[in-house]
This record gives sequence, C-alpha cells and structure tokens, in this order.
Amino acid sequence: MPTDRYSLFSLLREGLRGNTGWKAAWRKAAPAPAYDYVIVGGGGHGLATAYYLARRYGGLRIAVVEKGWIGGGNVGRNTTIVRSNYLLPGNEPFYECSMKLWEGLEQDINYNAMVSQRGVLNLFHNDAQRNAYIRRGNGMRLHGVDAELLDATAVREKLPFLNFDDARFPIRGGLLQPRGGTVRHDAVAWGYARAADRLGVDIIENCEVTGIRIERGRAVGVETSRGFVGAGKVGLACAGNSSRVAAMAGLRLPIESHVLQAFVSEGLKPFIDCVVTFGAGHFYISQSDKGGLVFGGDIDGYNSYAQRGNLPVIEDVCEGGMALMPRIGRVRLLRHWGGLMDMSMDGSPIIDRTPVDGLYLNAGWCYGGFKATPASGLCFAHLLARDEPHPVATAYRLDRFARGAVIDEKGMGAQPNLH
Amino acid sequence: MSGAASHPKAGAQPMRVANGNAVDTSRTLHFTFDGRRLSGHPGDTLASALLAHGIHLAGRSFKYHRPRGILSAGPEEPNALVELRDGARREPNTRATVAELFDGLVARSQNRWPSLAFDALGMNGLLSSVLGAGFYYKTFMWPASFWEKVYEPAIRRAAGLGRAADEADPDHYEKATTFCDVLVVGSGPAGLAAALAAGRAGARVILCEEDSLPGGRLRAEHMTLDGAPAADWVAKACQALAAMPEVTVMTRACVFGTYDGGTYGVLERVADHKPVPAEGEARQRLWRIVARRCVVATGAIERPVVFPNNDRPGVMLAGAVRTYVNRFGVAPGRRAVVYTCNDDGLRTARDLARVGVKVAAIVDSRPEGTGAGAQVARDCGAPFFAGASLADVYGSKGVKSVLVRDHAGQAHNIACDLVAMSGGWSPNIALTTHQGARPDYREDICAFVPSALPPGMVVVGAAAGVFDTAEALGQGAQAGQAAAALCGFETALPDLPRAEPASYGIQALFHALKGVAAAKKGKAFVDFQNDVTARDIGLAAHEGFVSVEHLKRYTTLGMATDQGKTSNVNALALLAEVSERSIAQTGTTLIRPPTQPVAIGALAGAHRGPHFKPERLPPTHQWAMAQGAVFTANGLWQRAQWYPRAGEQTWQETVNREVRTVREAVGFCDVTTLGKIDIQGPDAAEFLERVYVNAWKKLPVGRARYGLMLREDGFAYDDGTTARLGENHYVMTTTTANAGGVMAHLEFCHQWLWPEMDVQFISVTDEWAQIAVAGPKSRDVLRQIVDPEYDLSNEAFGYMAARSVTVCGGQEARLFRLSFSGELAYELAVPARYGAALAERLMQMGAPYGIAPYGTEALGVLRIEKGHPAGPELNGQTTAHDLGMGRMLSTRKDFIGRVMAQRPALTDPARPTLVGLQPLCATDTLAAGAHLLPQGALATAAADQGWISSAAWSPTVGSWIALGFLANGATRLGEVVAVHNPLAGTVVNARVVSPVFVDPEGERLHG
Amino acid sequence: MRLTCPFCGSRGLEEFTYRGDALVRRPAADTSLQTDAQAWTDYVYLRDNPAGLHSELWYHGVGCRSWLVVTRDTRTHRVDDVRAASAVAAERSGGAA
Repeated sequence: MPTDRYSLFSLLREGLRGNTGWKAAWRKAAPAPAYDYVIVGGGGHGLATAYYLARRYGGLRIAVVEKGWIGGGNVGRNTTIVRSNYLLPGNEPFYECSMKLWEGLEQDINYNAMVSQRGVLNLFHNDAQRNAYIRRGNGMRLHGVDAELLDATAVREKLPFLNFDDARFPIRGGLLQPRGGTVRHDAVAWGYARAADRLGVDIIENCEVTGIRIERGRAVGVETSRGFVGAGKVGLACAGNSSRVAAMAGLRLPIESHVLQAFVSEGLKPFIDCVVTFGAGHFYISQSDKGGLVFGGDIDGYNSYAQRGNLPVIEDVCEGGMALMPRIGRVRLLRHWGGLMDMSMDGSPIIDRTPVDGLYLNAGWCYGGFKATPASGLCFAHLLARDEPHPVATAYRLDRFARGAVIDEKGMGAQPNLH
Repeated sequence: MSGAASHPKAGAQPMRVANGNAVDTSRTLHFTFDGRRLSGHPGDTLASALLAHGIHLAGRSFKYHRPRGILSAGPEEPNALVELRDGARREPNTRATVAELFDGLVARSQNRWPSLAFDALGMNGLLSSVLGAGFYYKTFMWPASFWEKVYEPAIRRAAGLGRAADEADPDHYEKATTFCDVLVVGSGPAGLAAALAAGRAGARVILCEEDSLPGGRLRAEHMTLDGAPAADWVAKACQALAAMPEVTVMTRACVFGTYDGGTYGVLERVADHKPVPAEGEARQRLWRIVARRCVVATGAIERPVVFPNNDRPGVMLAGAVRTYVNRFGVAPGRRAVVYTCNDDGLRTARDLARVGVKVAAIVDSRPEGTGAGAQVARDCGAPFFAGASLADVYGSKGVKSVLVRDHAGQAHNIACDLVAMSGGWSPNIALTTHQGARPDYREDICAFVPSALPPGMVVVGAAAGVFDTAEALGQGAQAGQAAAALCGFETALPDLPRAEPASYGIQALFHALKGVAAAKKGKAFVDFQNDVTARDIGLAAHEGFVSVEHLKRYTTLGMATDQGKTSNVNALALLAEVSERSIAQTGTTLIRPPTQPVAIGALAGAHRGPHFKPERLPPTHQWAMAQGAVFTANGLWQRAQWYPRAGEQTWQETVNREVRTVREAVGFCDVTTLGKIDIQGPDAAEFLERVYVNAWKKLPVGRARYGLMLREDGFAYDDGTTARLGENHYVMTTTTANAGGVMAHLEFCHQWLWPEMDVQFISVTDEWAQIAVAGPKSRDVLRQIVDPEYDLSNEAFGYMAARSVTVCGGQEARLFRLSFSGELAYELAVPARYGAALAERLMQMGAPYGIAPYGTEALGVLRIEKGHPAGPELNGQTTAHDLGMGRMLSTRKDFIGRVMAQRPALTDPARPTLVGLQPLCATDTLAAGAHLLPQGALATAAADQGWISSAAWSPTVGSWIALGFLANGATRLGEVVAVHNPLAGTVVNARVVSPVFVDPEGERLHG
Repeated sequence: MRLTCPFCGSRGLEEFTYRGDALVRRPAADTSLQTDAQAWTDYVYLRDNPAGLHSELWYHGVGCRSWLVVTRDTRTHRVDDVRAASAVAAERSGGAA
C-alpha cells in the first residue's frame, strides 16, 4: 500500500520500512488531447488555480502546462514574505483573503509549507512616512486586518540590534502586522501540485506553450512542444513572461518584465525573528528556519528576461542592510539570483478576461506575487469557472488603465520600474 | 622513498614533516582552537596548523551533527567551518582551509553543544530514517497553531551554523573601480602563462588570485618545471610580471562574479591575515573590474567519492592531502589508504610515502591493468587493490580502519588513520555560468566544461578540462596572447617552462554503492555540510523530484556554504543513475554568484551609519547650527526643523512661537532646497505651456505664477512658481522632493518629445541661497537689505512680482514676492556663498521688527493654515480636481497629462477632494493618517470616505486643524464627520471646512 | 552593464536611469480622449515588452543629462547601439515632415 497522506505516523511507518512506500508527490502526466481548462504556467499561481478549480468546481478536466519544471519561476525564487498590509481598497481585501488562506493552507493541502506568522515590521524614519503608515494601518484596521503602530522604543525592544546609534536616517517607529510572516516558497508549489494531482489535475512539465489557437475569435487550446492541447478555457498564469505568451494571442499588455534580485547569506544561528523592511533604503530581511538571512531590495530597473541582475543593486541592497543592522558586516552573502517580474503599469495585478473569448489572464504581480498565491489561485479559478470576478478581486480589471481606475499604491504613475 | 622525508616528528606539531614550499618554520605563531593553545607557522592556514597537531575533527554537520574533519585544502571546504575571532569581529562559518594563520588567532568550533567532541544533537543521526529528505514537509502540521509556538522555535534553536557578531562590525570597507585590457583569473600554470603573454604584449593586465600566494596547483604538487621545483618557476614568473609596468598582480583577490558589460566583482581581503587591520586600513575592498577580455584559469575542484561513512574525520580529498604535504609540510595521517579512479590520485601515495607516511593500501576502482596503480603501489610498498572499492569506514571521531571490497567481492579490513580519495576533478567553471550558460558534460573526463561563454571571456587550463600542466601552460599563453591582440597589443608567445608529463586516465567513479537505493547501511554522504546522503537522493527521485532543480531544493543539496562545490556532480550522477538517464540528460543547476561567499560589509563599503547616504546642507546650515536649531532629514537634505529658545519647554512651544512670529511680525526660513531650474530660449514660454496645466504666454516679464504639472497619466506630479526674469528667461521652482525628477522630465520633454523647440535648462538649485522672509513686517526688513534704488512698495513690487535686484550695497540677488504662509512675504535669492551672511544680515536688520528664523515645522503649520497642498497631498495618487485645482487645467492648449486627466475615473465627482477639518471639541487632536467616516457609521472599510493627509496644532486658529481628502468633499462643507484612528484607538468628530483657515480673502498676501 | 554615451563614452549603469520603451509615440497635440482614447492608452500603458532586441530610453542623469535611445537585448543585456534621443527624435520629426 503506498503511503499518500502525510503525518507523523506515516513518517514513522515509512521510516521503519526504508521510505519505500511514499507515493510520488505528483504524477508525471502526459498531455491528453483536450481539457475543460488548461492553465499555462506551473508556478505557484497556476498550480493554486488548478487546485482551487478542482477543489471547488468538481468534475472538471484540468491541466497545468509548464515549459520547464514546476515551481521554477518566482515561487521558487522569492524572499518568502507573506503579508496583507496594503493601503488601497482595491488591494487590501484581496491580500487579506490570501492571508486567511495561508493560515489554513497546510491542513487544507496536507503539506507543511511552514507558514510562519512571525510578523512583518515596516520601519519609518520621518513624520511623512509615519503619517503614510498610519493611514495604511488605519485602513487595514477598518478592513478588519491586524496592524499595530510601534514607536522607536518599541522597535528597539523588539529588534535591539538595529542601528539606533549613528543612523543617517534614525528609526522613528514602525507599522507591524503580526500575522504577516514567511512561507517556505518551494513547498507552496509542491504542496499545491500534490493536492491538485490528487484531485485529478494533470501537471504536465517540460511542455512549452508555443501558440494559442484561436478559432472564430475564441481560444480553443494551446500549441505546445508536446502537441496541441484543446481547452474549453485557457488561463494564463505565467507572470514574468505574460507579455510573451499574451502576444501569441495578439495581445499587448500594460506590463514590462523586470529583474528583481534576491539574496541569501550563509546559515547563522537565528537572531531575526520577524520580517523587517527599511524605510530609508531598499532593503528587507528575514531569517529562514535554516538560519540563512534572506533579503532583497529594489528591482534593477530595466526590462530584462535574463533572470540576473547587476552590481549596483547588489551594492545598494547591502548598503541598506549595513545601514539598518551593522552587526551583519562580517556575515557573508552566499548566493544572489534574479527573477522575472511582471511589472504592471500601476504596480497592481490583473485577474481578468481578455478581449479573446475563452482566454483569461492572471498577470502583473510585480514583486508581490508570492504572498498572493492562494488568493490569486482562488480568484482566478472563480473567474475561470464563473466568468465573473471574485468579490475580492473586482479591481484587477484589464480595462482599468483606459478608465483611469488604476491601483497605484506608491503613486508613481505609469512607470513600472518605480512601483 | 627517503631523503628529506622523515617520520613525523614529535613535539608541538607532531605531524609537521618538512618545510612546505609556503611555510616559514623559522617563526612560530600561536593560536587557540576551542580554547586549546596551539602553534603554527607563517604561511599556514588554520586547517594546516590543526592537521600539524594531528587534529582532524573540526566541526559538526548541519542536520545529524556528525563529527567532521578537514576535507579539502581550499575554499570548497564543506566541513571545517569555525567561528573566527572574538566579540564584534566574530566571523561565523569561516573555512579553516582558507583562514590564514596569524599570531593570536582565536577559533571556535560551531553548531555543537555542549562540545565538539560530544554533541547532544548527534542523536539526530539515530533518527535518520525519519529525518530523510524533505521530512519536514510531511509533519509538524497538527495542531496548526503549534508551528509558531512549538515546532518552529525548536527547529530554530537547532538551526544555523555559526553565530553572527552581536555588535556592529568595527572594521571598515572600501570600494574601487578599475579598468584593464585583460583580466586573468587564477595564477596556476595557465593563469600565469596567460598573464605573462598578455603582459609582454603591453596590455593592461590584472591577475587576480584568491589565495595568499600565486601558483595554484604548482604549489600543491611535487613537480618540476624546467627541472626545478615548480614553486621556483612561480617565483620567477611573478618577478617577470612585477617588472611589467602595465601588469598588476592581486593576491587574496577573489573574482566572485561575472556581470554585464565585462564587469567583474572582486573581493580583495586586505587585512584578514592580520589580527586587526592597521590604522586607516580597510579590512576588505570590493573591486569592480571592467575588463575588455577575461581569461578564466580558475583550475578544478576534486570530487569526493560517495561510499558509506565517507564523512569520517580523516577522510580527505587526495589532492588536498598532497597540498598539505607539499605546500604546508604537514602529513595528515600516519597510515593512509588512497582511493582513486585516476592516476592523479595515485600521486598522493607517492607524496605521502616520500614524507614517511605508511601507505596501507591503494584502492583503485579501475580494473586490473588500467592506470599506473600497480607500479605506484610497488614503489610505495603498499598493497594494491584494482577494480576495488571502499565499502565502509570505521571510527566516529577519526578514521580507524576501512573496509575494502576487492574486485572479487572479498572484504579486507585495513587499519589506517587517513583516507585520501579522488573521484576526479571538476573544472571550476562558476564564472562562466553566471550569465546563464549551462555547461556541457564531457564523458571522457567525467566532468562539466563551459559551453557558451560570456562576451570577452575564454577559459583555459584545468577550468577548461585541460589537466596536463604542459598543455595548460601552452593554452594559457595562447589565450593571453590572443586576448591582448584583440585589445590591440601583439607580440610573440613567451618562453614556457618544460613540464613533466602526467597521466590522468580517469574512469567514472561517483559512488561505491551497489545501487543508489541500496545504500541502506551506514550513511554515504553526497553533500557533507547539509547531510544529504545517497539515500536521500534515491528518496527524492522516488517521490518524483527528478528535475535537478527539484532535487536540489527538496534535499537542500548544494545549498550549504560551499554551494555544492564538492557535491553537485556526484549528486547528478546518482540522480542520473536512479532515474535511468545519462548525466548529460540529467543536466545541471546553474551556479549563482558569488563564487565564494562575500562579506555584506564589503558590498556595502563605506555606506553605513552616518555615511549611508550623502548629506546635502543648505547654505545657512552652519549658521542654523550656531543658533541651536534642531534638524530633520528631508530627502538627502538636512533642514532646520525649529529653533528652540531658552525657556521653551517643548518643541510645540517653539513652533507656536515661530508661527506667531510670522503671523504677527516677520520670520525667515531657508528654502534653498526647493528645486530651481533656469530656463532660457525663444521657445521657453511655449515650453512652459506644454509642461504646466495652466497658461504662461501672457505672464509679463517681472512676474511669477503658480504652476501645476501633471504626469502624462493625468495625475498631479509637482507644483511651484515660475518667474519670468526676461523676455526669454524664466526660473522655475519645484518641490524639494522632485527637484531631480522635474529636471529629468523637462529634458525628456525637450530632447525626446519636442526637439524642435529652442529652449535650454540648467539646474541652479545649488547656485542660489534662497530665503523666504514672511510676515507683516517683511517689507520693512527687506527695505534694510535691498539697495535703495529698488522700489519695494506694494504698487511697484506687488504680489507675484519678481526681479533681479542688488542687496547690501551692490550684491546681485533675485527678489520674488511669493508667499507660502499667506502673509506678506518674499523670497530673496543670493549666490549660495552669501546664504549665511544673508541670514545674519536679516537677523541684524530685522531685530527691531522682532524677526526670528523659523524651521520646517512652522513652515508646515503655516501652509496647512493657508490650505496649500504639499508632499502629503501631492502624493502621486491625487488629481488636480482632488486638490481643488481642476479649473486650472487649460482647455486651449496641449500639455502633459491633458488627455489622460479626462478619463472617467479621474473626473468622477465622488473622488475624495481636498477639504479642511476642524475638531468640534477644541481640545481634540487630529492625526494625519486618520480616516474619515460618516458620523455614527460602524468602523469598517465600507464606510470609509477619506483620510487626513496633514494635521497640525494651529496657534492662529487655536485648535488642531487638518487637510484631508473626503469623498464629494467640496459639497460637504459644514458637515460633521467622524475621524477614526484605530491604531491610536481614538474617534473624534470634526467639521468639514474650507482648507484655507487663515485669511481666506488673501488680504494679507496683497498687503 | 555599461552604456556608451555618445557624449561621455563608456559609463557604468549607476550613472543612468531607465524610462522604458522608445517605440511608443505620444499622440498629436490635437487629439483628445473622445476621439483617440485607444491611442492614448496605448502610449501611456501598453508595451511590446519583447524578449530580444528592445529600443529603450535611458537618461544620463549623473553625466551629461542626455536622454539616450539604447538598443539592447533583454535576454542577454547585450547593448548594440546607443544614440542621443534628440538626434533620433529630430530624424523622426524630419521624416514625418
């Protein structure tokens, strides 16, 4: 009898019999000729979409097609932060929906993704920043989301090793979301894949979409490196490459692809217990359960599909790190890498139908897509199944740019690299 | 073998056998390891000094806390990680194999408790059948709340390796950029030959060597060049390079990353080999080397072999054993077993025998008759096992014996204290893959070699899979010559030394297991540091993690501090085998920069503490300091926030006094930080028409006007006044925050959108000190400053007048009648160098009128009282309509943002618009960031109608006042709204009023 | 990454700021939302975002303050061409005239 359900008991039992009975996490499915739904992109969002489609709208034939290996994009490259501390009404309910899904995720999918609600603290350094955070925190509270304003003394108590002594921009306080935290990123992809697989979803790796077949104005399937796959509806969940794939259907998107670098240090005995963001530079940091400092900063700022960045941003990020916590000077950067961001024109995502019937878009996640994974999957599944936006995702329409109903958290306008 | 070789000598360093070519035994250095006082010599690493004392046990592994010894002699070391130094200089995870010994060095083992010899978490090893790859994904889920409370804290207590310092790093770091024609990375035979060839040609050459000494394997091997010890030729080559003026040799300089445009990241360890840096000396220096060509000669890294208990202290890489013998004069054991699949590994037996180490057996995986094993064994007097393997190693804290399985399957237990293993060499190709090129697998040498290379790069020597010294020398020289030629420097090849031929003869040997899944008994380690075993790879593959990337992530293979330098290829081979593919089909993961871990402090350089960002100081800064002002950061600027006076108890008291001074007498404030852009040209007026929403063509010379700029998406961008100083001459002011952005915007509009326009811009922000003089007495004061020939009367110089004047007896200046406070007010600009003098003169001449300087806080109160939007209102999310300036948008001309500002969502009348707010109860506080809800509504987002953007106590009004944005605001004057501040737990009622609290008719302004 | 500014020579990335696609064109001054909404939305918001050669605008703000039109491969970051934006713009308007 192969072991399927994960538990301490099954772990012990398998340990005794040499771990020979575990079922594969997901089947290596080959494409069938046709499905009700084909999700393009085996990242976190695509896999979550397939899972919620299968889970909530049963009896459907669903496939996820992935050009490489699942979880190979941003779900496996990010800095693992989850939070729902958004300013604008178009965003906040969506991200809170995501946070609530994170909170029950592991039991839901029977996979330990190490959802760790260790708190996310955004530091501020002047009155204007403080006021903006108060506005945000109050907005969160009105949405029923947790938020606390800490003064400098409270921040120092919590994180005594930050630079309170000779900082160029002294820490004045911070906005804390205690329920924010981190999630083991790869596990999210694998957990959703495994759960979707158990519900009958075909996860088809090494299957690159090379075209979107459109007949009489309607998408009827995708051409792939493994042949044509018919579909009742096609959902694109390939952020980073959204423009390239949408172009196969003749669409231009309000998106530029940019590179965001991420960084991890050598493993250290844990000393940072929450996620901290610096308000006077581009730097945010947490410490993983393995002990590595996981940190990042600004995007490199130019269109890129190269999945790597350059020294100026690496230096800028480390400068922010040293300015904030000068004790890490002798800690070594172990590895840095880059991921492709769908930087949308207002800094917010798109979950919507496209002008092509039967073709749906989930895109524009900028560098905030990881935390959105569960809600993105849920809302995209809802849209695919019901042909109407999920109530928490009504603002993420493609026509908002023409209408002017942009969701611009940073107030930077139509300049993707500033979001 | 005899000669210089002798038995290991007794005494302080019992395993020190002979002078290594890089160790000066005439001097002794003292150090401690886990408190134990030990000694070594200049030229030693911490690892060689430990081995000189017979100490192998140096660390514990990450998961099972297995005792671990020194595996390698270089930066690839996975096991021997220590905390180096003490206190604020504590450096966790320092590889003992690259830590240069200095007198007084303090090192401590890490990730063990209570001691290195006895580690309580060593019991994890007993649970290994449960703690296999990815076990944590399968448990710790019940109950959900236990993760943060129970499981994770326990995991985190056990997690991590060394401890970061508890204090700020006391050392300093530098950054530098330099340029060269040819960058040569690595100073082994290929690298030295390349540098010699390129240098001879006259090219600017930089040779980077991460080691403290040049030479690479030439120092590690017992070999000759031109009949003399190879180290002699290294010295000669270095002398030759030193004599070439265009060549720079940098040692202790690790090229850690290949970046775009021929830019290489290099870390120079300036003072790590000293107890502390000298005074004024950086600890490390980050170099950005921009090279036209790059010759990568980074050598190769030897692979361990995967077999049960291959991680015992005393099991070492064969090449590393030779390094310790030849370079450091240290014998890592007394009885050695050599286990190899190639002839290179056999050299270890000869080198050991030469220094008197007993070779207990040579175990060669190749069949009888292949390779030179039999001959070497005869020479060393060692038993020889061809076609054999190591089946087990015994001895938990040090090797006691091994189990050899011979070609017939017969087991032989052989006592030994050292195992020297060689699975062959993997070219060190990290720099070639940083830009995304995946390497190719070469069956003949059982290794990955570079495929596509970054522009300008070539790879030579062992890094290119060329393991023969003579061939590497020749290839290096040719590459150096060619690289120089491509930069325009041609010359003949240098003379190269004669090298002994050496065979390699490798036959694939990645593991000695009877199948990957069969590795049940004992643990056969693949990734030593992260405790990834062959069985873990089997399990991961069994569960479907057969993509190399999945394998890596699921098992954590290759993710430890050594980044899989010694484990990746073995893992791929095991995965290939278990998934029934070839290694080439299995593929490999990309190697991410940096090639070696780099201190975060080095990447930050001097940008920390007060020097994190440059500081901009307005011209009156020193003067304000002398006045005792309190300062605040405004972007990069430091500005006076207020000027406390003796007797004032709180900042609020000071600010109230400053505000009253302006309202009742006269105050002044340095406003130099506002951006100032000089605009000239026949098309200047037309240009302003196009960048501002309002009209400019009719503005007469000598007048200023308020202007609002939008972004092209129709949202408000920036505002300020622009004055017309001459027919074709304007000076524009921008907000402090957008000074640089507006400049770039104007240049963009001109150079890209309207290149036909004849107009020029220059930023003059730093050229002029500009001081606002505000208050009913401001004209009286300025009358004392501005030269008498200028008529300042209201008739001659009314509101919004602007002109050049002279002050203080002929000094050029510009005078603007502008007001941010709503009072009669001016801005006077003088050349920046006179800013402080002007402040002093104002104090002096204004004294009879009660003048006082005021800071940004009073400035803010004054502008809120007058309802002027500033940063919190111009936040990039608001429109002209939101700001109450909708009517400014001209309908008679094109301007940036004109069309998109008309989109429905931007013109929706329900949008929150700018209003004033005043609490019903005079003692209530209004806080910026509070939200506006209808009175009586539940505190939910559904009832949210706006927010407060700016708030202040107004001494003029006698209560708190605020500016905010309220849905349908303009139609709700007089209404009472509830001001919710859930973060502070307060709700107060406030009346919606006009945003102009003071002098709504503007009489004072025009007075 | 380095860009060879036509006025200043080869300079490092840290001297430049990026704006984006140089192929989008601002609609004419006499257009309006009523008649040309799509053209304006295209200009302000829609991008080809190609994986490959990309014509893009950069600003040499820490140098000569020139706007530049750079042709660069977004897959490899290889820079093929850098020209002064004013020269490109002048040719464009010259061609249109």
